[in-house]
Amino acid sequence: MEDYSKVGLKVGLEIHRQLNTKKKLFCDCPTEAVEGAESITFMRRLREVQSELGMVDAAAMFESRKRKTIIYHADLKNVCLVEMDEEPPHNLNPEALEVALTVALLLDSKPVDEVHVMRKIVIDGSNTTGFQRTCVVAIGGQIKIKNKIIPIQAITLEEDAARIIEVRKDEVHYDLSRLGIPLIEVSTEPVIESPEEAIEVAYAIGRILRATGKVKRGIGTVRQDLNISIRGGAPVEIKGVQELELIQKVVENEVKRQMHLLWIKEELLKRGVKKEDIWGAKPVDVTSIFSKTSSRVIKRQIEAGGVVYAIVLKGFAGLLALHPSPGIRLGAEIAGRVKVWSEVEGIFHTDELPNYGITVEEVKVLRDVTHAGESDAVVIVAAEEGKALDAINVIKERAVEALDGVPEETRAARPDGTTVYMRPRPGSARMYPETDIPPIVISQDYIESLKARLPPTLDTTAQQLVERYGLSKQLANDLIDSEVVEDFEDIVSKTGAPPTLVASTLTELLRSLRRDGINIEKITKAHMMRFFELVSCGKVAKEAVRDVLTAVAQKGQNVEQIIEELRLWSPPTSEVEDKIKTLVKEHKQEILNDERKAVAKLMGKLMKDYRGRVNGALINSMLLKAIQELKSDTL
Amino acid sequence: MNASELHGYSGIIKELLERENVSVGDEVEVVSNGRRYRGILMVRYELADPKHITLKLPNGYNIGIRVTESTTISKISAGVKPTFVRLPKPQTVSDLPNVVIISTGGTIASRVEYRTGAVRPALDANDLLAIIPELVEIANINTEALYNVFSENVRIQHWIGMAEAIDRFIRKSIDGVVLTHGTDTMGYTAAALSFALQRPPIPIVLVGAQRSSDRPSSDAATNLIAAVATAARAPFGEVVVAMHKWHSDDVIAIHRGTRVIKLHTSSRDAFRSVNSQPIAYYQHGELKIVANDLNPRGSSEYIYKPKFDERAFLIKFFPSMKPDILTILAEKGTKGFIIEGTGLGHVSSDWVPVIRELTKDGIFIGMTSQCKFGRVNMNVYDSGRDLQKAGVVPLDDMLSEVALVKLMWTFGNLADGAELDEVKKLMLTNIAGEIYSRSLPNTGSW
Repeated sequence: MEDYSKVGLKVGLEIHRQLNTKKKLFCDCPTEAVEGAESITFMRRLREVQSELGMVDAAAMFESRKRKTIIYHADLKNVCLVEMDEEPPHNLNPEALEVALTVALLLDSKPVDEVHVMRKIVIDGSNTTGFQRTCVVAIGGQIKIKNKIIPIQAITLEEDAARIIEVRKDEVHYDLSRLGIPLIEVSTEPVIESPEEAIEVAYAIGRILRATGKVKRGIGTVRQDLNISIRGGAPVEIKGVQELELIQKVVENEVKRQMHLLWIKEELLKRGVKKEDIWGAKPVDVTSIFSKTSSRVIKRQIEAGGVVYAIVLKGFAGLLALHPSPGIRLGAEIAGRVKVWSEVEGIFHTDELPNYGITVEEVKVLRDVTHAGESDAVVIVAAEEGKALDAINVIKERAVEALDGVPEETRAARPDGTTVYMRPRPGSARMYPETDIPPIVISQDYIESLKARLPPTLDTTAQQLVERYGLSKQLANDLIDSEVVEDFEDIVSKTGAPPTLVASTLTELLRSLRRDGINIEKITKAHMMRFFELVSCGKVAKEAVRDVLTAVAQKGQNVEQIIEELRLWSPPTSEVEDKIKTLVKEHKQEILNDERKAVAKLMGKLMKDYRGRVNGALINSMLLKAIQELKSDTL
Repeated sequence: MNASELHGYSGIIKELLERENVSVGDEVEVVSNGRRYRGILMVRYELADPKHITLKLPNGYNIGIRVTESTTISKISAGVKPTFVRLPKPQTVSDLPNVVIISTGGTIASRVEYRTGAVRPALDANDLLAIIPELVEIANINTEALYNVFSENVRIQHWIGMAEAIDRFIRKSIDGVVLTHGTDTMGYTAAALSFALQRPPIPIVLVGAQRSSDRPSSDAATNLIAAVATAARAPFGEVVVAMHKWHSDDVIAIHRGTRVIKLHTSSRDAFRSVNSQPIAYYQHGELKIVANDLNPRGSSEYIYKPKFDERAFLIKFFPSMKPDILTILAEKGTKGFIIEGTGLGHVSSDWVPVIRELTKDGIFIGMTSQCKFGRVNMNVYDSGRDLQKAGVVPLDDMLSEVALVKLMWTFGNLADGAELDEVKKLMLTNIAGEIYSRSLPNTGSW
């Protein structure tokens, strides 16, 4: 484990959360998904534009270079002409603004005097307009973690983007139902110094957001972006961390990645590599070397009329394949950049060759033809000519950046906690005013009225759970952090199952199943409800919970079917009693000789038969009772 | 201190800014209500609340800061002023058809205007070409910035000016003309040009946009590309309107200038052909012609009649409406009316005597229907027959707006003392496809 204070880790968090308002941010469509509506699809194209400062944003230019046809799917119960960019936005939803201002006050952030809705250029198609409408609602503020104060940068309110459904070669599909749902964003200053602290801050902000009672819950309603740098590195924005628990891994990996890139920089400097060497290198057409290659990727490209270009990276030998941790390699950085910018798949470098069907001979000729020395690396690209040349430029660009260490960029988080290159970091040039919505003045009176009715914090809620249900403080907080308080209360009140059992199932057990790699998405509240009903009326032992839920997750059947299949039904009490009586009779002598030993033995036998079906404590008490009866009979 | 460098600021804020020698675009520090802000002073919409300044924060967001007596503003550095950077005009390929783009204003050529905070026309045809470089692969393009007006401000004089400019290019044997226009009254202009430039030897394509060209999702580019392609390659010589067929960016409908009307306030597919189909569609770089009664490209029957007289009036009848408005307007010099009546072409029976008096005095009264779709027929009911007897002229399946424009054109081209019968005859003569004798069913496609 790293000593994060030594590497100068600085993390800033951006927590995005959907608001559970009745209507969307700029129109009257519902924010809850409505099933079974008529739906239409339509096609659009987007173009880059200049900002009000006359600049074109790097990130926007980047997206426009990859211009694809965009297909939108619009479900007409959740989408109107506003989301389709066929009608100007209506006024900013006052309910959403109020939630955002309430959050601001809870975080001690200062509301702006006048809200200006901006257009943030995003031309990947996720917004039909080509921009995301967003506004700063409050500036500054703070949140306390243990004894540390984490300053808040700003609180913004924005429209959620459309959900991507499918990416094809020249086409990208989006569903518009999510577009326009209000999204609050709380961003902290980059002062977080360890992965653990990042999680704590995320939870703390989450509790404040949930205290409003107006945030959405469940998959896809929360997204975290991280801004990570280490000393000597550069701020790297990592987008789309869906689960809080992944934050830790992402931070750990990013630190490793930046440290590796800094190490490579030092190594390159030691080797005397200069930027001019890289810029000066000319691409060499090496198609003929591979005319009879057994590499399937290269063969396919050549057969389709493509070419193979090589570029020498002077002094890079050995550095491309070196990986301190899985997924962290300079070679992967270069390939990731090439894939995104020029959409070229066939890229190889000499550090990893011979391999992938490329032979020792081919590599030797490649090195000869390109005049590559021992200490140089050669990267080859197989693609149609224009794309291949594009890719070579991207490779040079990234290789040059290696001499500076860590490039500033936006990366996307993957479910395993590693990241991939996404695009350059967007600048302020991608913001310009949303002229369809006049600025909204926030009066001092309004702020005072909000201050007078701030919601209770979740500490109060936790205390109530402890008092009402006899839960431990820890379990109560766990329910709150797992965002299942409502489900918990609902299940307990409807089934009468023991509160602690329900609470630990909804939190610890589900977490543990997920940790074991079980996909718990199939477990619904209805499953839980049915299981606890059966527990309450004594038909199933609470011990069966893990087995039953595991089977539900894996097979998705109903609870009864699973209990039947796993033979987990509790036997009738009379059956257990008879069995115990018989056993006790059979072992009468042993019991009279050494009662403790006999009880242990008989419990073992009984549990073998009834484990998971009858509560062990119940069996134990029944057994002791039977022994008492035996003894009194005997006397 | 130049006043224009403080766009939108007034009163004590303006005084404060002037005192501190701060102008728009400067980096400033503002201390207000116990907080310190740093950012760039932005232009202020004149119609916005006057007690605030707009600041662009380093992260790109704008916020408004209330200025009170204790507020201080100090200049940190002079900065970049918000200006639109002109892109270089792309190189043209010479062996392509010659098309001229005449710009007149409107959303297709508009940008954010800081005075009102609204969208204003600003880009000229040259800017459009720089923004949509694909155009140079379709045609060899010349541009002319004729007007810069919102379409609601377009007048008869503009129609005449547009007709003159187009006629000039026709005589220079250009291959096609594209006219960019605000969408609100583009239908009227299309009708006016259809009557002013009859049977032209080249396509004359009006084009607009429902989303301004400063937005990534603007329909300006797709519409303009289709318009230029139509002007360059269409086999017909007609005045047409090129706009989105539907919500998608794939198909552009080419409507006949006398058949088209804006039927939606904001949607891309606002323009529809009424009582007819579009005459062509532009899709995947191809122009597909669907009408067969078109004036061919190179036609030698070109007639140029760019005169209009605005003493015509369009009236929409509604229940309980009194007819005296007609008398009042006639006294003020109106020479003719288009009444947009109900159903097959009716107004209430108390209008009949008034109409009888007016037509006796030589005032033209034509009837169209507020149904928009369908043909008027004033023989079916007594009320219709009574109106005809009083002198009302049923105008067949002509659109009300087109009938009005045609009446203005008719007055412009007949001598001032022309007989009512001459007016009537001209109004009932199909000049530019404004009257169809056959009504076809709705096939479900526009």
